[in-house]
Amino acid sequence: MDTRPDPDELLKHIQAEEPSRGKLKIFLGYAAGVGKTYAMLEAAHQRKKQGVNVVVGYVETHGRVETEAFVSGLEVLPHRHVEYQGVRLTELDVDAVLQRRPALVLVDEFAHTNAPGSRHSKRYLDIEEILDAGIDVYTTLNIQHLESLNDVVAQVTGVVVRETVPDRVLDDASEIEVIDLPPDELLTRLKEGKVYIPEQARRAIQKFFRKGNLTALRELSLRRAAERVDDQMRAYMRTRAIPGPWPAGERLLVCISTSPFSEKLVRTTRRLADELNAEWFAVYVDVASKPELNLANREQLGKTLQLAEELGARTRTLTGRTIPEAILAYARKHNVTKIVIGKPVRPRWREMLAGSVVDQLIYASGDIDVYVISSRLEEKQPAIPDEWRPHRPLGRYALGIGLVAIATLLGMSIRGNLEPANLVMLYLASTVIAAIFLGRGPSLLVSILGVLAFDFFLIPPYMTLAVSDTQYLVTFAGLFIVSLVVSTLTARVREQAEASIQREAHTSVLYTLGRDLTSATDLRHVAEIIISHISQVFGRQVAIFLRENGHLQVFASTPDYQPDTNELGVAVWAFEHDQPAGLGTDTLPAAPLRCQPLKTARGLIGVLGVRPRESGRLLITPEQRQIFDSFAHQAALAIERASLAEQARQAELLQATEKLQSSLLNSISHDLRTPLVSITGALSSLRERSLMLDQEARDSLLETAYEEAERLNRLVGNLLNMTRIEAGAIHLKKGPCDIQDVIGAALEQLGERLAERQIIVNLPPEMNLINLDMALFEQALVNLLDNAVKYSPPDRPIDINVSQVQNTFRIEICDRGIGIPAEDLEHVFDKFYRVQRPESVSGTGLGLAICKGIVEAHGGKVQAENRIGGGTIIRIIIPKEITE
Amino acid sequence: MTRNGLRALIVDDEVAIRRFLRVALDGEGFVVLEASTGKDALMALVKERPNLVLLDLGLPDIDGVEVTRRLREWSQVPVLILSVREQEADKIAALDAGADDYLTKPFGVGELLARIRTILRRQASGVAEPVFILGGLKVDLANRLVTMDDREVQLTPTEYDLLRALVTPAGKVITNHQLLHQVWGEGYNDLHILRVNISNLRHKIEPDPSRPTYIHTESGVGYRLSFRTGM
Repeated sequence: MDTRPDPDELLKHIQAEEPSRGKLKIFLGYAAGVGKTYAMLEAAHQRKKQGVNVVVGYVETHGRVETEAFVSGLEVLPHRHVEYQGVRLTELDVDAVLQRRPALVLVDEFAHTNAPGSRHSKRYLDIEEILDAGIDVYTTLNIQHLESLNDVVAQVTGVVVRETVPDRVLDDASEIEVIDLPPDELLTRLKEGKVYIPEQARRAIQKFFRKGNLTALRELSLRRAAERVDDQMRAYMRTRAIPGPWPAGERLLVCISTSPFSEKLVRTTRRLADELNAEWFAVYVDVASKPELNLANREQLGKTLQLAEELGARTRTLTGRTIPEAILAYARKHNVTKIVIGKPVRPRWREMLAGSVVDQLIYASGDIDVYVISSRLEEKQPAIPDEWRPHRPLGRYALGIGLVAIATLLGMSIRGNLEPANLVMLYLASTVIAAIFLGRGPSLLVSILGVLAFDFFLIPPYMTLAVSDTQYLVTFAGLFIVSLVVSTLTARVREQAEASIQREAHTSVLYTLGRDLTSATDLRHVAEIIISHISQVFGRQVAIFLRENGHLQVFASTPDYQPDTNELGVAVWAFEHDQPAGLGTDTLPAAPLRCQPLKTARGLIGVLGVRPRESGRLLITPEQRQIFDSFAHQAALAIERASLAEQARQAELLQATEKLQSSLLNSISHDLRTPLVSITGALSSLRERSLMLDQEARDSLLETAYEEAERLNRLVGNLLNMTRIEAGAIHLKKGPCDIQDVIGAALEQLGERLAERQIIVNLPPEMNLINLDMALFEQALVNLLDNAVKYSPPDRPIDINVSQVQNTFRIEICDRGIGIPAEDLEHVFDKFYRVQRPESVSGTGLGLAICKGIVEAHGGKVQAENRIGGGTIIRIIIPKEITE
Repeated sequence: MTRNGLRALIVDDEVAIRRFLRVALDGEGFVVLEASTGKDALMALVKERPNLVLLDLGLPDIDGVEVTRRLREWSQVPVLILSVREQEADKIAALDAGADDYLTKPFGVGELLARIRTILRRQASGVAEPVFILGGLKVDLANRLVTMDDREVQLTPTEYDLLRALVTPAGKVITNHQLLHQVWGEGYNDLHILRVNISNLRHKIEPDPSRPTYIHTESGVGYRLSFRTGM
């Protein structure tokens, strides 16, 4: 035997000792009145004396003076009040506890069911939330509220307890303190009126408080507590690798049917598993040939499977030809050592006919033990039979009768010519036809009527029912049996075919979803596909919630559905706690929608919300739930993929932008440095080597340095202007301007660059003043003229034409240069755009862009055109404003 | 023309600029004083009583416009503003505060000396010249007679007033608003009438109104009368 510590145990131990989750201490009693609440309060006071921050979350004093006295010494948090059907109910206020953040909170009645509209349906879920927040809790519990003991308690006391808590909660509690009181003393207390009993329950409680009951309950609770101690001891021993009486690694499997009896089976198996310290599975076999379950059965099955899960089983739905086959295959595969199955409830004769599942299982089980559990008489409710469909359209029976009539007529027409034995074939044929096309019922009818008609019409003496020859009884029996067999076979084949069509439909739905999702590229598209598929398949309204800016928000939904803030709240809860919430779950079951967290390997990415169209119960059969889970998983993956693709795109874009920016910076830095090269070179030559240079050389160097300095100055000016335009920091100071004035100022600024160039200015005779920012506009004109000078030969004139056309002013700068290639005409005004020229022309390509920026700031536009006869026209168009 | 004994105060916080200005002014025979902050400048003005101030607008402690305002409270010393392009508002403010003219950085030494000459010229002669000659333009202020290349030019009274307003500063810049106030009166702020009259005036006295040689535009600031072609 391996004596190394079991790593799982170690982990559990470590987790149990982790300070992050709060510790739960349960004060366990076997009946009301043993003193649990009192003990809890006593313990709380002790802790308080030790300096622990203790508050009272919810404690029922029932008006008892001693209890109230104890409570008064502690801080009490306000309760939450809920109005329900006109009654004011008080409940524990979870949010108040979470906000207050005490070290320890007291919450009475662990198994209490919360009023509708509360966040959780049960108080123990509230307490779980508090524990998750790292706050310790003391609570009280009666043994009869334990799920696994529910049926035993009912058996013992005759009272079925409705409020139960799953056993795992008890197992996960840090401490259990059993509050014990001899039954005699309890009864004395009851007589003295010291035990609280609600008025309505008085009569039932009398039945409950019988000595025999109390003793049995007491034993149950003590035994349960002892089991737990045993578990803890064994866990302890295992973590320290102390060899001990280890269990032999048992594994249990319980077979569930649609009968309510299965619930008892599940609880029994849980107790067995506890005793044997074994893992256990709960399995339902979906036989292929059986028809679809009806609603009631599906619900019962769902309930039973859920119960099994809660009690700690691993549940599976298996498919197979027969139940024993499927179960044994699974059992062997998973090394199951014991199978638990219920005693048959069907009448013996049916068992003999159809074969007993239990028998087959026992025979074929080999070395696996089979426990056959009996049901209690009161619970003997066989599953609602669904092999016999109760509603057959009457039309089919009518058709059946019709077939018989046809066969009879045919037979009568040829009855003289054929032996009766052959005439029977007509009826045989009609029985087979009825079996194939009309179903079992009509075909049986056809067989009966057929025989009668056969006897009546076709057997001498005709028109009588006297059977002259008893051999025809054999015929009759034969017909009947044939009809039965054929119709049963046909029915089964048809149902099998339907079942596999149904299954195929489910698979193909998943396949279609997967296929459609692979083709979707962006997130919104993916969401739409998911929503449309789910709403089609499940017939519900769908919403997808994703996290944006740190908050969960509605990302997409079916067109007629807009989740409100309450529904969003449910989704947020599901997201934060990574658990399904809403309709059909334990948390916020009153919500109109069911929220499923969308999870991938990378974590939670969002929530899928599903809402039935008509507000009613959300039907989730086990298959539907599986499919829904698959959908949710696919959806999660697809959404993650789409958002990762988006991120990748952004990263690419960022990279491209950075590349562009760095190349621009390189270009600018080059352009800025180049004039400096000449300046530094010229000046350094003059400085260091002036004696070796003659006057001409010196003059030339100085000239160079000066020109380059001017060029650098212009470049810097351009860059600054461009930056200002880009930043939107252009503030126009508009005023009435004489365009001739502006042109003149621009020409003056160009100064030497114009040299001997001829400039022809054409103005209309009557020119209004234009509202312009004079300094900026002058700058724009300077840039245009500079371009014209650079790109045309010095002996060709430059024309400046000003005109008024309709309600605009036009200024055209025209040169006789080499023009601009047609494809570049649009782009010349782009930043840093330089047309490819054979001769390299200096300049950063900003001049036109700046001009465009200035003109557009004035509300105008610029155009470039090639000139007839060669050259370029740059046109500025400014809308006329009323300037007078 | 040497400026024997004339004292020039250079106010700029940049060492390199002061160096360049010193060399330029030394060459002209000025005695050069330097200050690098507004406060120092104002103190130097009191102590040294310079004959010329070259003032940078972008000083670290007190704004150049403020320095001008303060020194104008008690001194009529010629002030030349050194400013960066695109600071039209600051230039106008300084001129309105009492500065005589401005230069846009970067500038050449030729421009600098020309401007200095202009603003000192007015100082030199105490009484206003009755006859103003600039190139082919001759304005006889006493007789209200204007001739261009010895041909008489017919001006309306407004145009004459405008021309006189341009002539009187003798080559220094005059802002748009100063022109409006001088010719049309205080409280007159509409530039329309100014532009129209400048245009008319140019058409009458300029050989090529599109490329003025006498009436030069300082975009966004005002106008200046001087004789130059192109630069």
